[in-house]
Amino acid sequence: MAKQLEKKHPLAIRWMHWINFPLVTMMIWSGLLIYWANAVYSIRIFGYELFHFFPAGFYEFLSIPYRLAEGLQLHFFFMWLFAANGLIYSLYTLFSGEWRALVPVPSSFRRATRVALHDAHIVKDLPPQGKYNDAQRIAYTAVILMGVGSVITGLSIYKPTQLAWLTSLLGGYQWARWEHFWLMVLFVAFFAVHVIQVAIAGWANFRSMITGYDIVEAKADTPASPNAEGELA
Amino acid sequence: MSDNDDIKTDEVRELPSNETWPAGRENTANILNEPRELSEPLSEVEAKRAMFRRSRRGFIVGGAAALIGIFGWRWMSNETKEMLLRGTFEINRLISESLYSPKRLAPEFPPDKISPERVNGMLGLESEIESNDIYVSDPGISEMRRVSLAQIKSLPRTEIITELKCIEGWSIVVQWAGVRFSDLMNYVAPGKNIPEIRDYASLSTPDGKYFVGWDIESMMHPQTILAYEMNGKPLTPEHGAPLRLVSPLKYGIKQLKRIGAIELTNTRPRDYWGEQGYDWYSGH
Repeated sequence: MAKQLEKKHPLAIRWMHWINFPLVTMMIWSGLLIYWANAVYSIRIFGYELFHFFPAGFYEFLSIPYRLAEGLQLHFFFMWLFAANGLIYSLYTLFSGEWRALVPVPSSFRRATRVALHDAHIVKDLPPQGKYNDAQRIAYTAVILMGVGSVITGLSIYKPTQLAWLTSLLGGYQWARWEHFWLMVLFVAFFAVHVIQVAIAGWANFRSMITGYDIVEAKADTPASPNAEGELA
Repeated sequence: MSDNDDIKTDEVRELPSNETWPAGRENTANILNEPRELSEPLSEVEAKRAMFRRSRRGFIVGGAAALIGIFGWRWMSNETKEMLLRGTFEINRLISESLYSPKRLAPEFPPDKISPERVNGMLGLESEIESNDIYVSDPGISEMRRVSLAQIKSLPRTEIITELKCIEGWSIVVQWAGVRFSDLMNYVAPGKNIPEIRDYASLSTPDGKYFVGWDIESMMHPQTILAYEMNGKPLTPEHGAPLRLVSPLKYGIKQLKRIGAIELTNTRPRDYWGEQGYDWYSGH
């Protein structure tokens, strides 16, 4: 069977993807150290508290309490690296043309629904796709916008006087903090789904994010070169 | 010669040849003209071999980078880390200061937005209030050494309803009445352009247990006031009677209660929470 190597991810994208992982981790970790000092958010239904962010055991297990100063130090250090990585990634994606593989079009939502039904084992066939399927396009574009949202809400609570217009636009200081927090929850949710999907997709897919390449079946009408066959002998 | 040929063949085979994606316009990739890069067809063995080479390189480089990152951070001494993070606070301060404008005002709120009051922190307030006088020490700019509360109350009264933000993350809207710090400076040192002569202000409680340092630009901001009333009533001791610092430009940790002394200086003053690992500048 003839094979082809397919170029999946440019070197720059792979580096920025992996660098982003510890950066987001440090932003979330230091964010938790900060959040602990005023841990007021919860999920409520009809006044009944379903889940409080976070239970006491969670803080103790991770030894989060009384580390506000450390959290602020880390947060205001890693924010530069996180924002810079995100900015360079966005510019690279824009100017290299990689955005063509990444962004959705209006009809993507229809195909993404079919991808979801496929992943839920309800329908058998996957819709046609490029490097990413349409559900991935939506998810990966959304997570970039979430990053932008985190930077904007973060700035508005970091400099609420100098950027008072921005803070007001986001509904005020406390709303901006709430939005900043929920974007973090969405990042964690994205991460959980992402890791599960990568695990399901298998080794070759994971490897392509490290090497940049994947092996694919060559089309039936493109036979392997005689040289290649010769090496088999 | 033949070695050369081999290398060339190998390179040619791995050179991308452009292919299209399946299913025409039914595929988002085709709608957006997503490029596709495929090598020339290879045998299974060859493909695996090429992939193995790339994998080895990718995993070695990636693994090494990860190890350097993890162990680099772990092995970094606490002093180095402290220097790095503290240094970042200072860089952030320089950026904030270069973007600072006294014309940019924090939002003010209507009286119906005033929050229930909240007491936080009794640092420097444990002793009895002995005097209502404030010591202003800077022989360089003023002969006056002591300002009484009565004198302060005779100065132009400023009322603001602003949001007090605690570094812990909560905030409340409070109505304050008092004297702009800049008005007090006009009173003790008339005609002097304070920001041109002094860089910092240091404020401390009478017992000296709580002290804050401010950049002079933030002190001279029109919304930075020395307050003697809160929410329409005279300040109570737990809120900083007889006189406290209030400003929407910095966190609550910088808004000293029960001011005993104000000192203008050109060397950066000590700051209680700054010495506990918090940002000295803490500017909004």
